[in-house]
Amino acid sequence: MSETYTLSFNIKAMDFSAAGEASSTIKKVLMHLGMPPSVIKRAAVCSYESEMNIVIHSYGGTLTLSIDSSQVIINAIDIGPGIPDIEKAMEAGYSTAPEEIKEMGFGGGMGLPNIRDNADILEITSSSAGTNVKIVINIGG
Amino acid sequence: MALHSVVLNEAKCKGCTNCIKHCPTEAIRVRNGKARIIEDRCIDCGECIRVCPNHAKEALMTPLSEINRFRYKIALPAPSFYGQFKQPIEIVLGSLLNIGFDYIYEVASAAELTSRYINKYLKDENIKRPAISSSCPSVVRLIMLEFPGLIDNIIRVESPMEIAARIVKKHFSKKLSISEGEIGVFFISPCAAKMTAVKNPIGTEKSSVDGVISMQDLAPYVLKTDKTNEFKIQSSTEGIGWAISGGESKAAQIENSLYVDGIHNCIEVLREIELGKLNDIEFFEGLACPGGCIGGPLTVENLYVSKNRIKKLMDSIPECKHTPEILEIANPDLFRMEKEIGSTSSLTLDEDIGKAIEKLTMIDQIVPTLPGLDCGACGAPTCKALAEDIVRGWASEMDCIFILKKKISTLAKEVAEISTKLPPTLHEEGGNSSEG
Repeated sequence: MSETYTLSFNIKAMDFSAAGEASSTIKKVLMHLGMPPSVIKRAAVCSYESEMNIVIHSYGGTLTLSIDSSQVIINAIDIGPGIPDIEKAMEAGYSTAPEEIKEMGFGGGMGLPNIRDNADILEITSSSAGTNVKIVINIGG
Repeated sequence: MALHSVVLNEAKCKGCTNCIKHCPTEAIRVRNGKARIIEDRCIDCGECIRVCPNHAKEALMTPLSEINRFRYKIALPAPSFYGQFKQPIEIVLGSLLNIGFDYIYEVASAAELTSRYINKYLKDENIKRPAISSSCPSVVRLIMLEFPGLIDNIIRVESPMEIAARIVKKHFSKKLSISEGEIGVFFISPCAAKMTAVKNPIGTEKSSVDGVISMQDLAPYVLKTDKTNEFKIQSSTEGIGWAISGGESKAAQIENSLYVDGIHNCIEVLREIELGKLNDIEFFEGLACPGGCIGGPLTVENLYVSKNRIKKLMDSIPECKHTPEILEIANPDLFRMEKEIGSTSSLTLDEDIGKAIEKLTMIDQIVPTLPGLDCGACGAPTCKALAEDIVRGWASEMDCIFILKKKISTLAKEVAEISTKLPPTLHEEGGNSSEG
């Protein structure tokens, strides 16, 4: 099937009042498209964590959702310092978030591990200019 | 029979937008000047009953006269009933016997057993965390409708009402040697959601409860009591505490629980659970009404007054009467849901994903053309909802008064412009007279 739906969001750095809005919209989109409950839940977690990563760790970026009949793809692209050690960032509880963010209850070091646990494919490329995270969730399985 | 228990009294409805704006699931639209409930989306929370200034939203409950259809009539008063009246509890409960019931079984007693069972149930490591309470039918329906990814977290334990009905039906049919069908079991309820839980049950094929009577309908009879009957309270603090938010968690002795009351608050916390942010919590107790069941839309007393009364009562009676051994003999089938819980999500635009994508794209195109004021004058709660309704064929673009006004103004300008143009065969009025 060639039909694809795409939707992009601009995510601002450190804007906690709007944080989470993109992922709520993404969840609604998935419900409109009749996605199975497990896909909705996994995509909700992945999009939320990616959105928060952009808010907390970058200078801003975009979150793009694309869906066709076989998969949900979430692309999180940001401009920022990048992830110095991806392997470490994948460890549960490892966080580079500043103290004041942690005090707000964010930056618990669970973002990327949660994404990994919920994604079928996770590709991360990062440099000192920014980070690209590509998440694929298969609809069939 | 209607699927739901919240219905509209057409004569009273003025077509205002209070209910559409407060409905947590966007289940109401105004059409032809009257509010219409979209049955697929209603969770029977009763928010519309609470906010309607014209009292046009009503609960479709069992009339008291229904009890006369049965040979043996049993009342199941909800724990929240204990806080509704000023009179001593023995007289309040006894009034149910005056009204015509043959026996009273306190749902609070079944709640004590249920608490013990939940405590045991949660010891199973395989249960998804946070486990979600099944006691509030509106919250369960909310999850089925809007959080289908959390259905697996709902504990498959029946509500104390259902368990109470199962207990008394079995017990009295044996004791009185009559069939279960001859025993009428009636729940005395603070909400409409319990009526739906009986008419259209979630975890079971057929409810053991025969009818659900509103506390508001019953109140006049309780107040008029001639005090001939008194009923000595059998239940304890644990069971009665279920009337108040957090009571279930406390009775089931769950230390790491999160309890939330009010449907809009429940939605916010369920969102956090869905995002995996509360995986460290063991149990989520969500109650649709403010304060818990004592804040139910069919209660008669202010919820704070009722809470105070229940707390005082709880201080005056034993903490718990049931020993764990009692439960050991009890059959687990008494407590378990026998039917699976499925998703009821009705947001899907089309079963065919290609068509759904097409429709969603249309919604995205319509939304920016709407004013974004969410005024509700079109009969939909928000501009976004109107866009969805248009694509679903439920509404038209002209339902938006701003778009309509713009069209009229464009049309009026066109008409004015056309009116100045005359065909060449006609003289201009002024010119005509000067020539003649």
